[in-house]
Amino acid sequence: MSIFEYNGSAIVAMVGKNCFAIASDRRLGVQLQTVATDFQRIYKIHDKLYIGLAGLATDAQTLHQRLVFRHNLYQLREERNMKPETFASLVSAVLYEKRFGPYFCQPVIAGLGEKDEPFICTMDSIGANENANVIGIELAKDFVVGGTASESLYGACESMYKPNMEPDELFETISQALLASVDRDCLSGWGGHVIVVTPTEVTERKLKGRMD
Amino acid sequence: MSKATVELPPKAGFNFDLCRRNDMLTKNGVHAPSFLKTGTTIVGLVFEDGVVLGADTRATEGPIVADKNCEKIHYMAPNIYCCGAGTAADTENVTDMISSQLLLHRYATGRESRVVTALTLLKTHLFGYQGHVSAALVLGGVDITGPHLHTIYPHGSTDTLPFATMGSGSLAAMAIFESKYREGLTDFYIYILYLCQSIARDEGVKLVTEAICSGIFNDLGSGSNVDVCVITKGKVEYLRNHQKPNPRTYISSKGFSFLKGQTEVLSTKVTLLEKPQQEEGVDKMEE
Repeated sequence: MSIFEYNGSAIVAMVGKNCFAIASDRRLGVQLQTVATDFQRIYKIHDKLYIGLAGLATDAQTLHQRLVFRHNLYQLREERNMKPETFASLVSAVLYEKRFGPYFCQPVIAGLGEKDEPFICTMDSIGANENANVIGIELAKDFVVGGTASESLYGACESMYKPNMEPDELFETISQALLASVDRDCLSGWGGHVIVVTPTEVTERKLKGRMD
Repeated sequence: MSKATVELPPKAGFNFDLCRRNDMLTKNGVHAPSFLKTGTTIVGLVFEDGVVLGADTRATEGPIVADKNCEKIHYMAPNIYCCGAGTAADTENVTDMISSQLLLHRYATGRESRVVTALTLLKTHLFGYQGHVSAALVLGGVDITGPHLHTIYPHGSTDTLPFATMGSGSLAAMAIFESKYREGLTDFYIYILYLCQSIARDEGVKLVTEAICSGIFNDLGSGSNVDVCVITKGKVEYLRNHQKPNPRTYISSKGFSFLKGQTEVLSTKVTLLEKPQQEEGVDKMEE
């Protein structure tokens, strides 16, 4: 068994028209035994920046604490919030520092930039940025996925995703992609948690899903 | 002075805190995850007054294509670029680290960076880590001493070559280089060689593109598009997605559409964000 499969997780983020959505499942398990069904995998960094941490839950929580700590230091020093690109570089650096003894986490980062342009990216457990190269030169245009259900999520998103969706349609699409994918993964599921962020409001929804 | 109790951000270097725990997990039969790799085709070629670098754009995680259009030609200095194959995090971080060392060196000396400087910095770093930092690189650039092309292996050995290939598609790409280069030498290129010493720019770009395409189509670890970077004296042309031989063909023009309210929702929470755009940083200090 891979350590990524110990707790099970599914995370996906999508870009819409001037908005983004990030969604995760809500199950926390110890292998095939379900421990919690209201687990929070998506963490808020600030109003317009979220990070989903797939993989080993203990590492996810530790990593989240360190990231919040680093973001707080940044806020005190700079008196402003981090841009998503900056935050992605931070996460990458924090992960690569542990290159030879990594946190077993795969981050999915989603945020709105200074001009409210959406930014999403993901990395592997040692901070290799995917879709957002170097200093955010290239943004992911569509979607990013992570967790044990990532293979089915790739498939679902690849067929369901359309560019320039409005927030409502984006919510439906990301929810359907998530629910369809976790139904094919034993280790994740038990409903979903979807956050849709536009420049003016944040909408958090809890989804009903299969309970097996 | 008592030591600070809070964990401060580290100054530099790797941290091995989790190694013992991770080893323990491995011994108990829990595997560590695989990393993002660039199962790659990267190539380089020297022509009369410059260097052409080429790369495919596929990133893989095991058998899964993790990124269909990633960037593998990394910036080192204004006159030096570097293609990376191997573990994606290693190639990105190694090139970034050496790139900033080169920048500091330029500030100190006030001169353009030389390719050999980048080469030495890269190989000492990689040799120091004895192959554990798994970056296989093709380094190319033009400096005061002319165009240079080098390959660097993860253990720190280097080669200096007129044409080079690296990554899982290196054999496929080298096949093109070897055959075309020799073919050219016997008739067409020998003519150009007489005229202008070696291959001209456009031929270089064409040959590099062909070599990358050979990797894309014959090596499963490589795929998607062709990136090319042409470095000549005082000029760099970064041709991102120079060729796109694998466009999407499977999505319908309409796509899926879902009716509003189709997904069963248990609860909804809407938070309005405050608008003032200029004061964004100040008003969010909520904690």
